[in-house]
Amino acid sequence: RGMRRCSPKYKVVGKVQGHLTHLLCHSPEPSEEDDIDEEVDEEEEVRPESLSSEELEKLKEAVDERKKLIQALRGKPWPIKKKCVILRESQEFVEKYEGALGKGKGRKLYAYKVLMSKKWMKFQRDFENFKTACIPWEMKIKEIESHFGSSVASYFIFLRWMYGINMILFCLTFGLVMVPEALMGRPYGTIPRKTVPRAEATSAMDFAVLWDFGGYAQYSVLFYGYYNNQRAVGWLKFRMPLSYFLVGVGTVAYSYMVVIRTMARNANESGVGDDNSFNFNWRMFTSWDYLIGNPETADNKFASITTSFKEAILEEQESQKDDNIHLTRFLRVLANFLVLCCLAGSGYLIYFVVRRSQKFSQRDSNIEKEIHVNMVMSLLGMFCPMLFDVISALENYHPRVALQWQLGRIFALFLGNLYTFIIALMDEINLKREEENIIKFNITVWEASLFNGTVSVNSTAPPVTIEPADVPRGPCWETMVGQEFVRLIISDTMTTYITLLIGDFLRAVLVRFLNYCWCWDLEAGFPSYSEFDVSGNVLGLIFNQGMIWMGAFYAPCLPALNVLRLHVSMYLQCWAVMCCNVPQERVFKASGSNNFYMAMLLVILFLSTLPAIYTIVTIPPSFDCGPFSGKQRMFDVIQETLESDFPAWFGKVFSYASNPGLVLPFMLLMVLAIYYLQSTSKSYKEANMELKKKLQTVVQNMFPPLVQQSCFNVYF
Amino acid sequence: MGNKQTIFTAEQLDAYQDCTYFTRKEILRLFDRYRDLAPQLVPLDYTGQPDVKLPYELIGSMPELKDNPFRQRIAEVFSEDGEGNMTLDDFLDMFSVLSEMAPRDLKAYYAFKIYDFNNDDFICQSDLVKTLNKLTRNELTEDEVRMVCEKVIDEADLDNDGRLSLEDFQHMIVRAPDFLSTFHIRI
Repeated sequence: RGMRRCSPKYKVVGKVQGHLTHLLCHSPEPSEEDDIDEEVDEEEEVRPESLSSEELEKLKEAVDERKKLIQALRGKPWPIKKKCVILRESQEFVEKYEGALGKGKGRKLYAYKVLMSKKWMKFQRDFENFKTACIPWEMKIKEIESHFGSSVASYFIFLRWMYGINMILFCLTFGLVMVPEALMGRPYGTIPRKTVPRAEATSAMDFAVLWDFGGYAQYSVLFYGYYNNQRAVGWLKFRMPLSYFLVGVGTVAYSYMVVIRTMARNANESGVGDDNSFNFNWRMFTSWDYLIGNPETADNKFASITTSFKEAILEEQESQKDDNIHLTRFLRVLANFLVLCCLAGSGYLIYFVVRRSQKFSQRDSNIEKEIHVNMVMSLLGMFCPMLFDVISALENYHPRVALQWQLGRIFALFLGNLYTFIIALMDEINLKREEENIIKFNITVWEASLFNGTVSVNSTAPPVTIEPADVPRGPCWETMVGQEFVRLIISDTMTTYITLLIGDFLRAVLVRFLNYCWCWDLEAGFPSYSEFDVSGNVLGLIFNQGMIWMGAFYAPCLPALNVLRLHVSMYLQCWAVMCCNVPQERVFKASGSNNFYMAMLLVILFLSTLPAIYTIVTIPPSFDCGPFSGKQRMFDVIQETLESDFPAWFGKVFSYASNPGLVLPFMLLMVLAIYYLQSTSKSYKEANMELKKKLQTVVQNMFPPLVQQSCFNVYF
Repeated sequence: MGNKQTIFTAEQLDAYQDCTYFTRKEILRLFDRYRDLAPQLVPLDYTGQPDVKLPYELIGSMPELKDNPFRQRIAEVFSEDGEGNMTLDDFLDMFSVLSEMAPRDLKAYYAFKIYDFNNDDFICQSDLVKTLNKLTRNELTEDEVRMVCEKVIDEADLDNDGRLSLEDFQHMIVRAPDFLSTFHIRI
């Protein structure tokens, strides 16, 4: 009614906006909308050029609103038919008024902007299509989901996500480190560090030596020691040492970014954390897993839902349970004490085995020493969790809490093992560095003997040509570290696969075929088929990734190895799960949100980059192998690049920026910013609680049906 | 990507991509699944927007739905006629809402409609009893069923009218940690 008093031009804009709100609040029949559409068309064709600037603004707003509606159309709870009609109308409206909106000087630019944004949207859509076509193993995961439910499938989805990360790390190390050195660096055999020493040449091709990553495998792009310290290689003048250093830093930075981004996304989705106020509601409305597509799994699910309801009812009825609280407390303390003993015992065992193997390192061959350490670590990793499981029976916790304790203990076990391994490695590094000093001294003696005393030290005689294979070598501790990590990963993988084959496959075969001639029912009683251990497998995956992060700087081949390993694991475990496992009877997730495992991954990422950073910053590189040989510290390559490749003023700016007088206030500022953000987030949480309470009282006081209906309309 | 398909016009495919959470390839794959249910009823040419409905029995026998205790309600909620007989549009709609990419609010809206058995825009006591019996296959006693339903209404009913409205339901379900992962069908 108010519109009739305005000019006809306003009528068009106003009518359009009114039409929009009309569409959003009601659901007219398609025929009705055609009538309205025709009405708008029949209105005088108002040319946008003849509108004044405010009317133009209003028209622009209407066009923008329509555009936003098109973007948000997917999320509206309307049937597709209605959405298609609205989509078509909005698109026609936008086309009709948009192209002509820019007037005068700005017109061409506006039309150009519109064209570009259309092309951009089309590109985005094609890219999305391409991305979803690239996602591997979708059907495999779907099959597992329908047989085992979403918690088992979540492990495989996590595996796939890890595979993606490792693929990117592989591309970085392969493309920027391994390929340039292989193609543009000096070829094999030209300089001492790239040649197998004369003493080892006869056994360099043996399978046993290659499997242990010695021989030709050691003197290749796979390990740190092969790389030359030449500042620029090839016709591209590729800065090899700089690239090596930056790729090492870049892999860690990329991993941090991806993990934190995923955590932030998960945190957004799951909203407020664990809350127990809707216990029965959640059991009723979110317990059925819609992914299930298999009758046996469905049966299991029905049974577990029934059990869970019965348990909840029992808990509700017996909410006062204080008898035997002292006994329970005592048992829990006892259990924790036993677990601590186990952890201490396993740590001491690893330390003992490593020291023993060092003492006898001359007698035993390298391979036997490795087998001792890795075997002990893998066996501990297999048996201690079972022991923790048995001990936790004393504690009498709710299954979800018990699972969290179990995961925490296994985490502590693996962490202890890993750090004991690193301490042993540090001892080795120190040994090798002492050896290096001795060898440096020996080389000067050897060089003097080459001239046989015929020429004095300071004269300029032509240098004697020697075969690179005959030059005495330093021990190259970095390659040794890389080799240790590669061997650890390989033995860990082998252990996992063998455990899988024996523990799951052999067990299933025995249960299946011995059942015909056995006294009791093997399938229903002991041992029956195994269940898929989601949390154990996820932890194994996380720790493996930690080892990759630790060793990738010293062995550029590690990401490639890991990609291969994950690829094989995916197929092997998918097959094993479908063939030998049965669906779990009771499903308890470790926590409500997915962030539990992400948080663990972040902790491991931090803890595994610490040793690598420590060695880079404190230990000087070997004098004759690797891209940083000859420097005082590995990060000197940055200083060198700044001095030689960048203009002088850049170096000055950088030196000012790295001045402690500037860095310290900056760090102080960041600490203050963190404190400020923390306190605002706390106050937001409190405001949230207040609003929640207010919402309850306000809704209670209003007339229920009418206002709620309009609230719903406004919400949508 | 080849444009060789003749089932839909390019505009139709673009419109479907704007209205659902599916990409072009997924929409064509869904059409193949729809057609596989009844090849003689579903034509290969949808450019003229034919009016083809598949009866509920065919939909309910799909491997993704056949073990779901709520399959009848799902089909009823998403079908145009409210009886479970679905056109291709309804089919796409259903799997789009149940896909991984649909947001929490959209899923909560449709979950509410699915659990509202008598279609009165409220989840009342009888709806809850039916839901619980479907979930436990009638294994709980009458007392237990009554107790659970009372607790459910106690916990979530904000306006104290003895039944759950859409707001009550949404308020409760957006905080559920498992909702997004269980209210999901992969196709």
